[in-house]
Amino acid sequence: MNVHSLTMHELRSLLVRKEVSAVEMVTSFLERIDSLDAALNTYITVLADSALENARSFDNGVGDIDASPLAAVPLAIKDVICTKGVRTTCGSRMLNNFKPPYDGTVIERLRSAGAIFLGKTNMDEFAMGSSTENSAYGPTRNPWDTDRVPGGSSGGSAAAVAADLCSGSLGTDTGGSIRQPASFCGVVGLKPTYGRVSRFGLVAFASSLDQVGPITKDVEDAALLLQVIAGYDQRDTTSVDHPVPDYVSGLREPIRGMRLGIPREYFLEGMHPDVSAAVEKAIRTCRELGAEIIEVSLPHTDFGVSAYYIIAPAEASSNLARYDGVKYGLRVPDAADLMSMYRLSRSEGFGPEVKRRIMLGTYVLSAGYYDAYYRKASQVRTLIRRDFLDAFQQCDALVAPVAPIPAFKLGEKTDDPLQMYLSDVLTLPASLAGIPGISVPCGFSSDNLPIGLQILGPHFREDIVLRVAYQFERAAGCTGRRPGALPR
Amino acid sequence: MKEKITRDEVRHVARLARLELTGQEEARLTDQMNQILCYMEKLNELNTTDIPATTHAIQLHNVFRQDAVQASLDRAGALANAPDSDGACFRVPKVI
Repeated sequence: MNVHSLTMHELRSLLVRKEVSAVEMVTSFLERIDSLDAALNTYITVLADSALENARSFDNGVGDIDASPLAAVPLAIKDVICTKGVRTTCGSRMLNNFKPPYDGTVIERLRSAGAIFLGKTNMDEFAMGSSTENSAYGPTRNPWDTDRVPGGSSGGSAAAVAADLCSGSLGTDTGGSIRQPASFCGVVGLKPTYGRVSRFGLVAFASSLDQVGPITKDVEDAALLLQVIAGYDQRDTTSVDHPVPDYVSGLREPIRGMRLGIPREYFLEGMHPDVSAAVEKAIRTCRELGAEIIEVSLPHTDFGVSAYYIIAPAEASSNLARYDGVKYGLRVPDAADLMSMYRLSRSEGFGPEVKRRIMLGTYVLSAGYYDAYYRKASQVRTLIRRDFLDAFQQCDALVAPVAPIPAFKLGEKTDDPLQMYLSDVLTLPASLAGIPGISVPCGFSSDNLPIGLQILGPHFREDIVLRVAYQFERAAGCTGRRPGALPR
Repeated sequence: MKEKITRDEVRHVARLARLELTGQEEARLTDQMNQILCYMEKLNELNTTDIPATTHAIQLHNVFRQDAVQASLDRAGALANAPDSDGACFRVPKVI
């Protein structure tokens, strides 16, 4: 029995029946990380000692294995979420030695549910990127083909789940950073509605867009994790006090009679033929499940990249002003005066993509350009948001591809930032609108790379998104296939 | 390609952003920012007169909490990550 390949809920039933001890289980993951992660680089920090200590507490009866559906479940956490006393780097040299003095709310919630943290996962620096190549700790590799990227920015979290180096993980999504790596790695990734999950203790990139969400081996696990992390938090002023339904029990309801919209703008010219074939097949599967398929239009889709790459860098340039070498983070020694200390520390601490976004953001907010760029983009954001609200008048959820292509090769887009930005075209609009979305595996390309199906729902209707994904997953049976090149 | 931003402007923006760029970084960013900003011209295809701006996808009103004293981070915790401190305050290079 390989415990590392089980879903969270399968693993839980073994633990509850005492067919495996928590220490055996954690040891199995740590050994696997030890043997495989030198090549994949999914973790920045592995928490072997504390994970084993937590596991022992379940085995000796101090911890209650029946306390919650996440008790003793071994998780990996994207290294952008604060963990008390545990190095949190954000994939940046800037925070190489940063040990947060507090836990983020999602970490607090997972801890009290009894989850075990195996480590902190690799990511694009400050979550800026689509390939996890922008990490100061080296790129993560895709477990399906190590010449290819895992997607980003939550590439470490997605690849760790795909390679069975954890049972499930948390990622963050600002413009697709959960959905796209989940698609590239053949796992499930859910971006909740903006405001559904607290951002307290999530290191800020673009505050009006950032959301924490689960990356898991199947849809039921995503529902289990969301159940624990969702809910109002006084410490995040944009957290919304909206009831949290029972996501898991909602999964079993059939989708017969549900109206699923197919946004015609999401089937781009130049899309990889294997992607369109897999998504079209997925749509047929939904129809066979009794869903009514209707074509809809999201007319401003094509403006998402421009609007996003103005708004997100603008917010980032403001958020990242806090890295000044005073309170935490890197400081160059021996600067002559305060201003040189700021400039030299920031230049040494930040990598090229972060500098590019700070520059873009500072430019679009600067005197004389604010109206032409930032204000214009914020107005277009309204149009994009309205597109979705209009579409949801006609249908219950939208079904589309996650990315126009499967995982690309390392180095393929690093010299051309605009090409990298354009690869986010199908995930950015939902982020700008703040709606929930999931990526669920729907097939493979001819060269055996995973392809994800994106399901989007109205604000706070994660229950619908999860239900469609779950029913599709059961019917399609694409989930659960593991990278063939890795040892089982 | 029309020039949207000159190298001098890139230097100016870097100053605003408190970044010290090398000559090579300046040159590369000038090219890349021009390419990206030209692509963003696309937004001008849309007439947005009278369209309100969205700053947050979920509209919220002011959120208030009880004005009650709560425990907060202690001084040692706040200073623990500081590159330099005297045990009571953050220490920085001479300002004046």
